[in-house]
Amino acid sequence: MLSGIVLSHADGRPMYLQIMEQIRQRIAVGDWPAGQPLPSIRQMATDLQISVITVKRAYFELEREGVIATQQGKGSVVADGADLGARIYEQDLARHLEQVVRLGALLGLTPMEIQSRLRETLERLAAPEKDRT
Amino acid sequence: MSDLALRLDGVNKRYRFFELHDIHLELPLGRIMGFIGPNGAGKSTTIRILMGLVHQEGGEVFVLGHRMPDQQAAAKWDVGFASEDMRLYDSATLDWHMRFIRSIFSTWDHAYAQVLLKRFDLKPEQRIKGLSHGQRVKAALLLVLARRPRLLVLDEPTTGLDPVARHEVLRELTDVMGDERRSVLFSSHNTQDVEQISDQITFIDRGHIIDSRDKETFMDRWRRIRVELPSGVQLPALSGVIDIKQTGRLAVATTNTYDGVLPRAYEAAGVRVQAVEHMTLEEIFVQNVQCSREAGQA
Repeated sequence: MLSGIVLSHADGRPMYLQIMEQIRQRIAVGDWPAGQPLPSIRQMATDLQISVITVKRAYFELEREGVIATQQGKGSVVADGADLGARIYEQDLARHLEQVVRLGALLGLTPMEIQSRLRETLERLAAPEKDRT
Repeated sequence: MSDLALRLDGVNKRYRFFELHDIHLELPLGRIMGFIGPNGAGKSTTIRILMGLVHQEGGEVFVLGHRMPDQQAAAKWDVGFASEDMRLYDSATLDWHMRFIRSIFSTWDHAYAQVLLKRFDLKPEQRIKGLSHGQRVKAALLLVLARRPRLLVLDEPTTGLDPVARHEVLRELTDVMGDERRSVLFSSHNTQDVEQISDQITFIDRGHIIDSRDKETFMDRWRRIRVELPSGVQLPALSGVIDIKQTGRLAVATTNTYDGVLPRAYEAAGVRVQAVEHMTLEEIFVQNVQCSREAGQA
């Protein structure tokens, strides 16, 4: 099975993080349902033309997050759990919120100011189309 | 049966202007090792010792379980070696070379050789003297790869290749790794190639191995930490930080033993941590060589 994963050399993040993110996306959008077998580590490494150890790392971390399950000798499958897609988005949201707080602190904003900025953004994006012009 | 593709233990070799010091190196079966070093660091000498082309003065060398250089004839059935200075016969065609190798090595895979001809865009009826540098490199690699050796030892396999040819070569090397009993050692100046396809990374400089470990650990432990110093706060000296560049209230600290503790230690000292960044292998390489040279001079 071809993974369809495409890595970017211009992306500053390590390759294992890129692989993890793209696998999470495939699961989150439902392309890879629960129980679906993942390509073997060596297969994925050959496909992407990267080292085996990098793919191993990505699978290991995804297993720790509970996104995939690995059985010795049988390979890895997408983990069970109907809410997996939601959980992946949940983790994504948590990461972005942390980033918001970190950037806010960098700008010297108080917690109150960060909250009000978030509220403003919510209002702006939630506003109906016609009000935006 | 040893589960190491190759092992060097305490290997020494002295020349008039260059010396290899106490080289220890191990490559487990089924792995790709990238061997990086500046010009004249000792990469090719190490590889020649591995291949029995140069004899070490001290230390032990094993290749696929065979002691080198005494058992090199036995080792070489299973080892494919290609280097930049490998000569093919100028007046003979590539096809002649292929038939020659095939007559010696029973492992020659004719179908794979045909696939490689297509992938490398080579014509078997062409004479070697008419080939460009890149085509010669690819021809030499084809002759080695089509034997399907258990260990590939490649000295600068991508040097002087255009980007398309480089990708073709990297693709073949990663294809080899589909078989977990096969191993590759390749030297390169191109850190991007090494970063992409290696499982193990070894740095060599001035005849010393300065670091050798698995790539993920390697890349994980080197980090750049960008910090901002509120007025009145001094950047504390923390262990594990090997380089600091500070201009005004901004500083960048580099560590090669990152484990998540440093940013918290900085924060505890009142320093604001802006970012913890990964580094490319090229950045790590340059910094590593500089640090090891400074330590050598101290």
